[in-house]
Amino acid sequence: MIEREQVLHVARLSRLRLSEEEIDTLTGELSSVLDHVDKLAEVDIEGVEPTSHVVPLENVLRDDEPRPSLDREVALSQAPDPHDGAFRVPSPQAEA
Amino acid sequence: MTSLLTASGAETAARITAEEVSATEVLDFWLERVAGDRLNGYLWQADRESARSGVADSDGPLAGVPIAIKDIFCTEGVPTTAASKILGGYVPPYTATSVDHLRTAGMPMLGKTNMDEFAMGSSNENSAFGACLNPWDTSRVPGGSSGGSAAVVAGGLAPWSLGTDTGGSIRQPAGFCGIVGLKPTYGAISRFGMIAFASSLDQCGPLTRDVTDAALLLSALQGRDEMDSTSVGIEGGIETPTAERLDGLTFGVPRDLMREGIEAGVLARFEDTLLRIADLGGEIVDIELPHAEHAISAYYVLAPAEASTNLSRYDGVRYGLRASDEDLLSMYEVTREEGFGPEVKRRIMLGTYALSSGYYDAYYGRAQRVRTRIVEDFDTAFDRVDFVVTPTSPTVAFKLGEKTADPWSMYLSDIFTVPISLAGLPAISIPAGLAEPEGGGPDLPVGFQIAAPAFAEQKLLEASYALEQAIGFDGTLALEGGVE
Repeated sequence: MIEREQVLHVARLSRLRLSEEEIDTLTGELSSVLDHVDKLAEVDIEGVEPTSHVVPLENVLRDDEPRPSLDREVALSQAPDPHDGAFRVPSPQAEA
Repeated sequence: MTSLLTASGAETAARITAEEVSATEVLDFWLERVAGDRLNGYLWQADRESARSGVADSDGPLAGVPIAIKDIFCTEGVPTTAASKILGGYVPPYTATSVDHLRTAGMPMLGKTNMDEFAMGSSNENSAFGACLNPWDTSRVPGGSSGGSAAVVAGGLAPWSLGTDTGGSIRQPAGFCGIVGLKPTYGAISRFGMIAFASSLDQCGPLTRDVTDAALLLSALQGRDEMDSTSVGIEGGIETPTAERLDGLTFGVPRDLMREGIEAGVLARFEDTLLRIADLGGEIVDIELPHAEHAISAYYVLAPAEASTNLSRYDGVRYGLRASDEDLLSMYEVTREEGFGPEVKRRIMLGTYALSSGYYDAYYGRAQRVRTRIVEDFDTAFDRVDFVVTPTSPTVAFKLGEKTADPWSMYLSDIFTVPISLAGLPAISIPAGLAEPEGGGPDLPVGFQIAAPAFAEQKLLEASYALEQAIGFDGTLALEGGVE
């Protein structure tokens, strides 16, 4: 189960401005999915190490040599609001 | 020129090499087919010039045979959306390594195929640009998330295609559309330039008419890439498979996982295929994968957790949609609210919840440990058997809208593919024949899944090839389904 308040909290963490309707729908859907997921509690995981990936590799290293990367102009080419060679964003504070 | 329609990729390549047909004729033939797409299989269609952009002048074994590319692969100068509004109009400044390999091999690109938004879905109904239809029956889904990539190959809109598979997204649509879909071992092919969904699971692979074509494409795609530090390639490369028999090979069937929820027709084709394996000299044994029944639950913690992290980059700052200019926080929140579809939001929410303070150990930590249990299950199984086999999906292609109301019922369509993904293993879906869907209707394809130990792709392809010859599935039946 997940409460409406938790959904609002997670939406804030997720940077999603959900509509009232979406909050209601998601409260039901997430609760239902979590009911299924909660069955993981049946598995004995005592002393079991977590798996974060399955690649037979660790510490893949290369020489730290400078080399060309994307040109500034190219990197900015898809930006919604490029300005003066940078990504421009709205002010962190709403205008009064 | 209708013979080009029924030819496999390998056969078309051979005709080009023998100068029976020119590469230009082949490209024109397929571009004309693509232009008639009635499945909504393509989100972007190439013309003669754009199809050849960046393609090397090669005389290699794949040269001149065009391919369709899932819209999750970045393609320089060509729109790439991952079927999301948040990437509407995005034109990447670089090309995915896998696509680059195909261009180096001399393969033109026919277009970018439809998919579930950010590869999240099992029906292609989560595309922001409309559902894709199954060429066998246009009232049904092609599967997902690589639904477009499967539908265009089955429906005669491309000789072959590139897809991605996180929990079954190549194998399930290949099964639903009656074609071959191969998910290689995690790490076999570079993920550079493939838009990330769940990074510890995402893998690129081919969707083809037959096993030989899958081998040819895998051979071109696999390899270590310094742009993806998790890529290792396949030692020794990949050869065209030639096996005719399965003598001395053991196929494990996880019967416990198949107790319920499987359509009668699917089960019948599965059992037929086991008999064919025995006819070819293979041995069938029952095996246990005791923790595989928990795979879907573990997956729907781990994949959303990784997705919630990966998708935090869509913030309206550097590329894609920006939906508000009010203040910074509103800009993030409104952009993401407007840019993401319902399933993507659901998974971002689920993943963020599973990673949030107070819930991390109970969900994410626990799911990672259950993943270890599943990996161990396969290790134990492969001590005894050469392959693990299941139906690819519990049902044939379902109706549009049939599972959209209940997310969990949709998730369960990947019950046989997800355990293998969690273990990072290679697996293939090959057509096992046709079956009547539950509730009636024209017969539809059934997929047969074969999984192998990590990096045993050659062995997997050999066995699949032998079995494919014995099954003799007619893959041409839906080829006219893609155009009016």
